[in-house]
Amino acid sequence: MQIDLVPVWTVILGVGVFMYVLLDGFDLGVGILAPLAPDDDSRTLMMNSVAPIWDGNETWLVLGGMGLLAAFPLAFAIIIPALYFPILLMLLGLIFRGVAFEFRLKKTSHRHWWDASFFGGSAVATFFQGVVLGMYVEGFTVTGRVFSGTSFDWIQPFPLATGVGLLFGYALLGATWLVMKTEGDLQRRARRQALVALYGVLAFIAMVSLWTPILHDRIRERWFSVPNVFYLALVPIVTALIALATWRALRRNADYIPFIGAMALFAMCYLGLGISLFPYVVPYAVTLWDAAATPSTQAFLLIGTLFLLPIILMYIGWSYYVFRGKVTHDVGYH
Amino acid sequence: MSLDPVLLSRAQFAFVIAFHILLPAFTVGLASFIVLLEGLHLATRDAVYLRLSVFWTRIFAVSFGMGVVSGIVMPFQFGTNWSRYTDATGNVLGPLFAYEGLVAFFLESGFLGILLFGRKRIPAWAHFFSAVMVALGTLFSSFWILAANSWMQTPAGYQMIDGRFVPASWLDVIFNPSFPFRLVHTVTGFYLTTAFAVLCVTAWHLKRGQHVQEAQRALRMTVFFIAIFVPVQIVVGDLHGGNTLEHQPVKLAAMEGLWESRSHVPMVLFAIPDQTAETNHAEIAIPDVASYYLTHDLDTVVKGLKSAPPDDRPPVAPVFFAFRIMVGLGILMLITAYWGLWLHFRRRLYDSRTYLNVCIAMLPAGFVAVLAGWTVTEVGRQPWVVYGLMRTRDAVSPSLTGADVLTSIALYVIVYLIVFGAGIFYMTRLARAGPPEHVDLREPKLDERPARPLSGAHAEG
Ligand code: HDD
Ligand code: HEM
Ligand code: HEM
Repeated sequence: MQIDLVPVWTVILGVGVFMYVLLDGFDLGVGILAPLAPDDDSRTLMMNSVAPIWDGNETWLVLGGMGLLAAFPLAFAIIIPALYFPILLMLLGLIFRGVAFEFRLKKTSHRHWWDASFFGGSAVATFFQGVVLGMYVEGFTVTGRVFSGTSFDWIQPFPLATGVGLLFGYALLGATWLVMKTEGDLQRRARRQALVALYGVLAFIAMVSLWTPILHDRIRERWFSVPNVFYLALVPIVTALIALATWRALRRNADYIPFIGAMALFAMCYLGLGISLFPYVVPYAVTLWDAAATPSTQAFLLIGTLFLLPIILMYIGWSYYVFRGKVTHDVGYH
Repeated sequence: MSLDPVLLSRAQFAFVIAFHILLPAFTVGLASFIVLLEGLHLATRDAVYLRLSVFWTRIFAVSFGMGVVSGIVMPFQFGTNWSRYTDATGNVLGPLFAYEGLVAFFLESGFLGILLFGRKRIPAWAHFFSAVMVALGTLFSSFWILAANSWMQTPAGYQMIDGRFVPASWLDVIFNPSFPFRLVHTVTGFYLTTAFAVLCVTAWHLKRGQHVQEAQRALRMTVFFIAIFVPVQIVVGDLHGGNTLEHQPVKLAAMEGLWESRSHVPMVLFAIPDQTAETNHAEIAIPDVASYYLTHDLDTVVKGLKSAPPDDRPPVAPVFFAFRIMVGLGILMLITAYWGLWLHFRRRLYDSRTYLNVCIAMLPAGFVAVLAGWTVTEVGRQPWVVYGLMRTRDAVSPSLTGADVLTSIALYVIVYLIVFGAGIFYMTRLARAGPPEHVDLREPKLDERPARPLSGAHAEG
């Protein structure tokens, strides 16, 4: 008997991509907020709060990409060329923000340049990740086994709007991270920024929730047909409750809850997206099962993944533990 | 003139991988060097090792950062530009790339932060452990990526179903015929690249009379290292060539500049290969010699380029010249190593200005040899992307237009020149500044803090 590994891989990849969004989300968010720092010293502190871990966070992107390639090769072969320019620009953004960590520390007169590169890189990478998300919801033009649209299909209102939406989203993660990791004036500022970002995120959630059912009959049917509507209504209700809790925590000067709340908001949006799109891995052309790699491929990778993922989570945990608590200036090898 | 997306995609891939490979070529060796220095410091408590380690760790940080960002670009190339290749080979190669992420990249990135920023927060042994993990990560990364590349050169362990590759035996896929040779030759090449970079920086400090204690130590260590590993690299290279002869005879013929199949193969020292006339111009060759190192027998027939139809031959000139550049650099490295050893035994290693100048001049040797070697490998594989089975021109993403790819290449070139230019500038500054005078370690906890007079040992060490 052959066990169907597709659901297992769907969960693993789903979790992998979500880990990326959360983890790189907060450090890209710190980048988006960097220009709002009151002075150079605070900006250094903000960057130090993510300097030891950003590389590990970005590795989830590699895992997501390579996992998709290995478990659903056909999906990779269709989606990635369809997103040629958004991915190119996202990568170039990630390059600028990644090198800024190292280059900025070298005491030179170019520092403002690398500050700009840190902010610009983070913002561009975030925006185009949002575009990728929007395109994904819009769906791809597919003929046979290949993407048959053009490299400019992404220039449409919806993907561009989700690009802006994600800027608010990552800013919220970044700001609540800073609330957790900083003290005093910097923390007060982060709290205010988090509130603004929260309003932005909620506006976008509302907009997307209305826009997608209008745009796509399939999504409307999924959410509003009876009996789906009864239990799926839980999703918006829980989202609203989380938003409320996050808002109150920010007003009540809590340290940790806002960050947890922001992550939970992302989780709910992600869940909603999954509900809208299932069972497609290339919306609305190729299902998870059509794109799946051969059982031998999925099984070979699964054995190692089940063994390695817990170990990876352990040492990543250790790394966060070493740098726990509020950031101080002693993080550094100088 | 119409823009060909295949040609442009190849140019783009060659550009981004060439930049990427230069960084692992340096950091794989440097990570292991840092482990050695940290280990020696733990074992001997000699502060010279610690100062050297801190010095090289700073340079490592910059180079690693660039390695990571240029690496993230790489897997996406397979999707953006080579989607039909991905569709065809994904079942076989996908897990190799994914395992690289799981086994290698998480290990590197998980412990990198601690290696770079954690010295003051954790005990020395835990810091050493992190250094080991980062170095292991770089080696595992080389393992998996080279397994994937070698499979494209010498595919094994697969079946063809509907024009797509499907795995039949994972052991055969990973340990395909050229993999062991490529792994050993590449990793040794990376270690040598690092060694020659260390040699250059060290010689530069010695020549100016700065950081003398650290520089002398590093120079001696490096000279012994290259004296052992340059010969190893040359022997492995010869074995690698033997493997290529067996599995990719047309590539080997291009390396040797050999058009006709024949025995008594001459060693061509120089020539200008002419692809259309199917011959060499201005050839300088020594009779019979190539037969000795290729087949170890004068009478065995070696296949020439003409044994393959013109459509199945790689561009000969780049392969031919790149091979000579690599081997030439190998010989220069050998001279550098044994000259240094000879000076060492005559106790003049640190004072010979000529030798120090040579060491400084050898800085690019490893980097250029690595690029040349990869040019031999990749261009020699053409016109195939999977040797003998899938043509490069059938691999490209169908939706791409020439203008799309031209735009992306232009952006990559501009960004890489800015970013990597700056990176080289900062690394040079760090290298010039030299090792620190003094290194702060973790403050011992209150109850373990030694009495005042002893704490100097900590401050020193
Ligand atoms: C420091 C670097 C370095 C040095 C000194 C040498 N090589 Fe090398 N060579 C490489 C670094 C390298 C490399 C970049 O790592 C390659 C590219 C792919 C590979 O497997 O290793 C390579 C490829 C490569 C190939 C291509 C095999 C194939 O793709 O089919 C051959 C036959 C040799 N080498 C042989 C030699 C010989 C006979 C050398 C004697 C001096 C030599 N190499 C020195
Ligand atoms: C086309 C092939 C390649 C792909 C897809 C690729 C992919 C990547 C990726 C995604 C990273 C970033 C890892 C991180 O997040 O930490 C990276 C870095 C790295 N890659 Fe590559 N790479 C390729 C070629 C190579 C080759 C040929 C080698 C060595 C043999 C290599 C060795 C490394 C190493 C050691 C790093 C760590 C960073 C560094 O040391 O500079 N890569 N690569
Ligand atoms: C695991 C590692 C690697 C993989 C999977 C890989 C794969 C590929 C692919 C898909 C192409 C494009 C199609 C083609 O023109 O053949 C290519 C071309 C090329 N690659 Fe690699 N490559 C790897 C490592 C390297 C490295 C380390 C270099 C070093 C510089 C390199 C240099 C090139 C060059 C120069 C070309 C262009 C060949 C031409 O235009 O004739 N590759 N490779």
